[in-house]
Amino acid sequence: MIKFLLNQSETIIDQIDPNTSVLDYLRDNLNRTGTKEGCASGDCGACTVVVAEAEGNQLVYHSANACITNIGSLHGKQLITVEDLKKDNQLHNVQQAMVDCHGSQCGFCTPGFIMSMFALRKNNVTADPHKTIESLGGNLCRCTGYKPIIQAANQSFESPSDDQFSEQHDTVIKHLDNINQQYPNAHLTHLDKQFFSPSTSDELAKLLVEYPEARLLAGGTDLCLEFTQFLREAQVLVHTGRVKDLATIELNDKSLVLGAAVTYSHAADQLISLYPDLKELIERLGSLQVRNQATIAGNIGNASPIGDMPPVLIALGAELVLRKGDERRTISIEDYFIKYKVTALQTSEFIESIIIPRPDPLADFKAYKISKRLEDDISATCGAFSIKIDQGTVSAIKIAFGGMAEIPKRAKYCEQALLNQPWNSQSIERAMVEFKKDFAPISDFRASADYRLDVSQNMLRRLYLELESNSQTIRVTQYA
Amino acid sequence: MRNLPFPPAANNLIATKKVLGASKAHESAHKHVSGEATYIDDQLLPADGLHAYVGLSTVSRGIIKQLDLSAVLSAEGVVEVLTLKDISGHKDIGPVFPGDPIMVNQGDSVQFCGQVLFAVAATSYKLARKAASLAKIEYETDEPIVTIEQGLEENCFVRPSHTQKRGTPKQAIKNAPYSLQGEFRIGGQEHMYLEGQASICVPAEDGGMLVYSSTQNPTEGQKLVAEVLDIPMNLVTVDTRRMGGGFGGKETNANQWACLAALLAAKTGRAVKIRLARADDLKTTGKRHHFLSQYHVGFDNNGRIRGLDLALSGGCGMSPDLSDAIVDRAMFHSDNAYYLSDVEVVGHRVKTNTVSNTAFRGFGGPQGVLAIEQIIEQIARAVGKDPLDIRKENFYTNDDGRDTTHYGQKIEQHVINNLVKRLEDSSNYRERRQAIDTFNQSSPILKKGIALTPVKFGISFTVQHLNQAGALIHIYTDGSIHLNHGGTEMGQGLFTKIAQVVANEFGVKVEDIFCSATRTDKVPNTSPTAASSGTDLNGMAAKDAAIKIKQRLIDFACNHFKIDAGEVEFSDAGVTADDKQFSFAEFIQLAYMNRVSLSATGYYKTPKIHYDREKAKGQPFFYFANGAAVSEVLIDTLTGENKLLRTDICQDVGKSLNPAIDKGQIEGAFIQGMGWLTTEELVWDNQGRLLTTGPASYKIPAIGDTPAEFNVELLPDSDNTEATIFHSKAVGEPPLMLGISVWSAICDAVASLRDHKLSPLLDAPATPERILNACNELRARDS
Repeated sequence: MIKFLLNQSETIIDQIDPNTSVLDYLRDNLNRTGTKEGCASGDCGACTVVVAEAEGNQLVYHSANACITNIGSLHGKQLITVEDLKKDNQLHNVQQAMVDCHGSQCGFCTPGFIMSMFALRKNNVTADPHKTIESLGGNLCRCTGYKPIIQAANQSFESPSDDQFSEQHDTVIKHLDNINQQYPNAHLTHLDKQFFSPSTSDELAKLLVEYPEARLLAGGTDLCLEFTQFLREAQVLVHTGRVKDLATIELNDKSLVLGAAVTYSHAADQLISLYPDLKELIERLGSLQVRNQATIAGNIGNASPIGDMPPVLIALGAELVLRKGDERRTISIEDYFIKYKVTALQTSEFIESIIIPRPDPLADFKAYKISKRLEDDISATCGAFSIKIDQGTVSAIKIAFGGMAEIPKRAKYCEQALLNQPWNSQSIERAMVEFKKDFAPISDFRASADYRLDVSQNMLRRLYLELESNSQTIRVTQYA
Repeated sequence: MRNLPFPPAANNLIATKKVLGASKAHESAHKHVSGEATYIDDQLLPADGLHAYVGLSTVSRGIIKQLDLSAVLSAEGVVEVLTLKDISGHKDIGPVFPGDPIMVNQGDSVQFCGQVLFAVAATSYKLARKAASLAKIEYETDEPIVTIEQGLEENCFVRPSHTQKRGTPKQAIKNAPYSLQGEFRIGGQEHMYLEGQASICVPAEDGGMLVYSSTQNPTEGQKLVAEVLDIPMNLVTVDTRRMGGGFGGKETNANQWACLAALLAAKTGRAVKIRLARADDLKTTGKRHHFLSQYHVGFDNNGRIRGLDLALSGGCGMSPDLSDAIVDRAMFHSDNAYYLSDVEVVGHRVKTNTVSNTAFRGFGGPQGVLAIEQIIEQIARAVGKDPLDIRKENFYTNDDGRDTTHYGQKIEQHVINNLVKRLEDSSNYRERRQAIDTFNQSSPILKKGIALTPVKFGISFTVQHLNQAGALIHIYTDGSIHLNHGGTEMGQGLFTKIAQVVANEFGVKVEDIFCSATRTDKVPNTSPTAASSGTDLNGMAAKDAAIKIKQRLIDFACNHFKIDAGEVEFSDAGVTADDKQFSFAEFIQLAYMNRVSLSATGYYKTPKIHYDREKAKGQPFFYFANGAAVSEVLIDTLTGENKLLRTDICQDVGKSLNPAIDKGQIEGAFIQGMGWLTTEELVWDNQGRLLTTGPASYKIPAIGDTPAEFNVELLPDSDNTEATIFHSKAVGEPPLMLGISVWSAICDAVASLRDHKLSPLLDAPATPERILNACNELRARDS
């Protein structure tokens, strides 16, 4: 049984295929068709809904792609859809702003934009152009060219944020607390399929031992594509999203420790404060809807060769704590990736936490992502550079890339060519050549092998220029 | 009716504001934002309704040796399976020429990867999709023709080539002081309408069919459904309330899904819904044509074109579809805004084993315009001048006899010269060019570029008979007005604009007009809503219907009150007659009680147009819509990454019916055109399989791609001199080509690497990879 609030109504689901998405549930089971299916892959935002959760005494409103949100993950949360925004036949102020600014044409993407704007409005006090773009970057519109939508988002901040949701705020928190206390664990059974959502890592570990074939569901932003795009089905799903002791962020003397259930949105501030260059990368990683759900552990766990965080973590020398039953082991993240989609993870084992060293005050860190579109696009190549220069000489260096091999991988030849060498353009030019020994990338629809190599080599030039002249911006993304 | 509704009294009337030229919100805006606007997939099916899905070919060329559907038929939830041999009616749904079999039978040849082989109906969408994946198919495969070059080499064409010629281009090029020869590749474009293809068919009495279809062309859907079912057209009704985007992708490409659903509905006697998953939608529906431009151009010191020999080869895919007219339109627009004294344009329609390409906003025009703009760019750098000056040097003018196109149409209204001057000044083009030069000198990695590009776009279907439209208006006894017309609403605001036209005629509020879903049983024999013609055609037809009823009402008033027509006035939601004030409803009731017909049809056909294709001469266009854009970009010469910093647009929409809607069209079209030329890249492998099958791999512009500074102006005081609907001009397609300014600005930024003396080779789309390659090639090129 799972229990959640559909707007204000307590909703209990007992019998449902655990592979069902929130989108299919809304449209097929409830005939709530305001939420649209544009792509069923989390790339267009037409199905954006808002999921509210209690964080302390405060409800936090997260936008989410309903098409890749698993129904079981709603347990103990409030689901708000576009139908819920009108009150007494009056449009909500984000809706009114969209009408006033002529922000809809064909109207198909509009409910998704409205929900992203609603979350933006609820979580912020004043309009911030950068945040507007970041919040709406995962919603595609093919008609308007976005200008009136940006205007509408700004206009929505001109009226007060009070609405029916603020009135009901305390009641909702209480209601959700009740559900969560009464039913800390959620479970669905349907024919031969099962869904488990445990609340402790001990229970999680036990479930994975009991069901070695289980698929681990974190944010689901990758796993759910198997269901919607390839029509596969998981027999057993074990969800990490409600495991409290995995949703922790701990900063100690030496390192930042992220639990496996920590999402990108949750970890962003902490990661950026330690490594400021991650700001751009994180903001360009998926969309806000994806970052609200996707976990960093998931980005590692699925072992995609084009994930953006693994090369970063390799360059930073991160470690993973793996757990199977009650046994734990710590490995370097580099050793996690073995070959294409093959990892060091054993049956029933899971990533429990990620240990990221604090920055060395004498070292620099840079991450460069190259993609066709700046927002919400998968990298053609993504390079991460951790470098320490001691009196004009490279005293330590780690370079890792995504998109250049079948796994996220270090550029060891290139590193060797730089280590203990003077930090000058001659060394850079010499080291650039070494990339060809490190990588033999493929050509695909994102980029050709030649471009991948070319641009990766140029990243080294960029690194040198950026570290040499701090004043001049040499990235289009940072030009203002 | 025995008892009439209670009408509002005349003294309660609120003065109506001017409706024409007012920025009225889209008629569905409130429903869009609340999720209440209904699209095909939102409609509730009858309880026993079925869901259809299709099985697609996985090879690009070959023979189907075996099509074993036993596993499909026995799959859970399956009710019916349909193959070509089940069809007693027409089996080919080609819209103009044959070549588009609705499915492919065992033993027949497959012509593209993604072609429909069979359809299945099941009790749910998921079960239908799963069942469709269970077919066992064996092919005898053949080597596919994938690229335009391969097609040209093997002389594979879907239609004969066609030539437009004036003067003696070869001689003129020879005599010109300079000449250049080159090739340029223009990519295609996926429509990426947010609502995918969808249809619901409900069996009706007498073997008929009620078809709900997300289509720009209800009449063609009606005709084809009737043909595949082998029933007369009067038994088929197609209903289209709205589309979640069309852009040309639902002009012919919506038909197949309506036909398949209709066949399954007829076979099962149950309602059938079909909608395609996004990846399949991308594999099995056509796109904008990619083109190869091959040119030889002669020009003088000033960059004036003396002679041009241009071959435009459109990649059409496996069938003609609309390609004849699309390549024609590319040829009609290969002059853009420039007078070409001696010119030969040849258009080839290349056949490949890929999905049949189709209409897409601009309909070939954008490719023709881009082809000549690329030549202009090359000339500019060859003579060492600002490309804007080359553009101005070549503009059509109303003197020197430089006012007639290469297909013999005289330019009647010269807009472009003044419009470009206005934009050049308002955008501070010259000052900014200087500032950019200064920036580039001190910035070794990041480079800026700027470009001002014009657009002249011909308005009318080049197929003459399509330039007609119908409308239907009823006035009910409570004074409410029901409007219907042949155009479809796909977001462009057509229903809103036409309601404004009708409200203006009757002097009522727009809110008093209800525009109902486009239906073939209300207004018959309609043309597709395409070619930017929606408002021009249907607005005039609706106006005609309104005027007919209005004339009857005036005649009645004259008769009834013994007054002259001049004493009857329709305004402020009321009627003044015989010095008496009536509310509109009161007056309508009076007319009804005196037995005046309150319903009328309207009709319009575009005057003046004619074209002799044999001679390639005539006046195919009623008029031209003009515009220009200035874009400023920033590129990274280490990676090819780029960003649009600012765009200024001036567009000639004549006398705007609705400035907000017109600006929405301009902004949206510009960004769509920019996407076509920058991030949107269709990639096929060498076996003809499309690799970019969804928004994860095919990147349309996102919100951050909209320039931070984006100024759009409607050219003031520019009434259309032709008698169009209130002297407005069409706006749907023309501004798409303003996106070319972004591509040109990128070229300008790359060219700065060699001080603008050499011209980069930058095929479209200008992805970061192509930009970096262009930078590298230009850096290394001998001067």
